[in-house]
Amino acid sequence: MNRNLYDLIGLAAAVCFILALKGLSHPKTARRGNLIGAFGATVATILVFFFTGGVHALPLHHLGLILGAIAIGLLVGVPAARKVQMTAMPQLVALFNGVGGGAAALVAIVEYLKLGSDATSAEVIATVFTVIVGSVSFSGSCITFAKLQELMTTRPVVFPGGRFVIAANVAGVFAAAGWVINSGGNTSLAVLGGLSLLFGILFVLPVGGADVPIVISLLNAFTGLTVAASGYVLQTTLLIVAGTLVGASGTILTRLMADAMGRSLFSTLFGAFTAKPQAASDSQEVRPVKSGSPEDVAILLNYARRVVIVPGFGLAVAQAQHTVREMADVLAAKGIDVAYGIHPVAGRMPGHMNVLLAEANVPYEQLAEMEEVNPTFSQTDVALVIGANDVVNPAAKNTPGCPIYGMPILEVAEAANVIFLKRSMRPGFAGIENELLYDPKTTLLFGDAKETLTKVVSALKNL
Amino acid sequence: MMSNGMALLSIFVLAVFVGFEVVSKVSSTLHTPLMSGANAIHGVILVGAIVVADHASNNVQLWLALVAIVLATINMVGGFVVTDRMLEMFKAKKK
Repeated sequence: MNRNLYDLIGLAAAVCFILALKGLSHPKTARRGNLIGAFGATVATILVFFFTGGVHALPLHHLGLILGAIAIGLLVGVPAARKVQMTAMPQLVALFNGVGGGAAALVAIVEYLKLGSDATSAEVIATVFTVIVGSVSFSGSCITFAKLQELMTTRPVVFPGGRFVIAANVAGVFAAAGWVINSGGNTSLAVLGGLSLLFGILFVLPVGGADVPIVISLLNAFTGLTVAASGYVLQTTLLIVAGTLVGASGTILTRLMADAMGRSLFSTLFGAFTAKPQAASDSQEVRPVKSGSPEDVAILLNYARRVVIVPGFGLAVAQAQHTVREMADVLAAKGIDVAYGIHPVAGRMPGHMNVLLAEANVPYEQLAEMEEVNPTFSQTDVALVIGANDVVNPAAKNTPGCPIYGMPILEVAEAANVIFLKRSMRPGFAGIENELLYDPKTTLLFGDAKETLTKVVSALKNL
Repeated sequence: MMSNGMALLSIFVLAVFVGFEVVSKVSSTLHTPLMSGANAIHGVILVGAIVVADHASNNVQLWLALVAIVLATINMVGGFVVTDRMLEMFKAKKK
C-alpha cells in the first residue's frame, strides 16, 4: 500500500478519536461519539495488516499467532463487557485500563529489546518512561480493582514507616531508570519494571475508598501517556495522537472529578507520602437511633408534599433502581412532587447514579444536580436517602480534619424529615461516622434497599 | 524541514491542547462514560502490539508481543462495548 494513503487513513482514525471525545462530552451525541471512536480504532487495526511501515513485504510475520491473540482478547473482553452488572462497571473500567497500560509497557519493552544498542537516547528515554508509567498503571489498576470489588479493605492502607518505604521505592525507580539509560541491557529493564510495579501498588494502597474514582481517572490518563510514548518509540503518529488525547483529556477529567468531590488533586496524589496511620474511630459507644418499619416510612411519604430521593451505592448494590422508580410513580400519582437529588460522586464513580436511574427509565427532568437541589431541601418534607452516606454526611461541613472535610454534600439535614434506607449501621465507603443518623428527625429503615422499598411501595398502595 | 523527532514532538504538543479543549465542559453525568470511552481509545496500542509482533526477532520478543496483543484487544474492544452499554441507557425513551 502506498505510504501516503496509509498515513491519510491513519490521520482519519486520529480525527475519529477527537470526534469521539467531543461527542462523549454531550448527552445527545455521546453514544454516536463512542461508535465513532470504535470505528476509528477498527480502521486503524485493519490498516496495520496492510502496511507495517515498509519494514518488509506483506503478509505480516506470525500472522496466524497475531490473529489468534486477537481472538483470545475478543473472547475475554467482549463477554466481560457485556455481562458485567451495572454495579461492577467501575472496577471493570479500572481493569481494562490496567491491561491497556500493561500492553503499552510490553510494546515498548519488545521494541527496545529488538533495537538493542541501535536505540537512540530519545528512544531509550521514551522506553523508560513507558515502562515506569505503564507498570504503575497496571499494578495500580489491579489494586483499585481489588478495592472496588471489595477483595480487600476499602480503607486507606497505611503501615508504619510506609512513607520511607515509598521514598526508597521512588529512589529505586530513578536509580534503575538511570541504569537503563546509561548502560542498557535486559536486567536493568527488568529491575525497572519490577520496581515500577511495586510503586503502583504502594501508590494506590493509601488511597481511601472515596478517592478511588479519581485515581482510576488519573491512571487512565497515565495509560494514555504511556501509549503516546510507545508511539514515539515506534514512530507511529496515530499512537502519539490517540495516547496524548487520552492523557490530556484524562487529566482534565481527573481535575473535574476532584473538584466535584472538593478534593485537592495534590493531596490525593501525594497521599502516599503524607498519610499517617489514622486513629481508631473516636466514638465506639452505642447511641440510640430511631428505626422504623416500611409502613412508618410509607406514611411519612404519603403525607409529604415534596419528596427528594437521594440514591447512593446501596441502591446500586441492591439493584433497586426499578423499585425506586415504581415508588416515585406511585407518589407522583398521589400528587406528590418527587425529585432525585444526584450527588456528582454518589456511588463509586461520578455519574454512576445517572446511569443506574436512566436504566430504570427515570425521566431525565426528575434528576436534579446538587447545586439545583440543595436550595430546595428547606421546602422538602421528606429526604429519602437510599444507600448513600458520605455524600450526605454533615461532617464534611462541620468537622475540620475528617477525611471528607470540604466535600460539597447534599444538605438533606435541611429537610423536615430524613429517612435512611441502610443495610446496617456500618459507616460509608470513606469509613466516617454520620451524625445525621442520630438526629431526632431521622428515621432508619434497615435491610436490603430493594426488599424494603418493595414493602414501602405495597404499603403506599394500601394507604 | 523539521526532523522526524521534532515533527513528532509538535504533534504531541498540539494533541495535548486538543485533548484539553474537547473535554473542558462536561456535565458530571457523563464523567464515567467519558472516562470509559477514553480508556477504550488508548486500546489502540493494539496497533503497536501488532507491529512489534511482526518485527519480533526471537521467541521472547514474539511471546511478549502476543501477550500485549491479547491485553490491548481486551482494553480496546471491552472498553468500547462497556461504554456503549452505559450510554445505551441515555437513549430516547421508547413509547
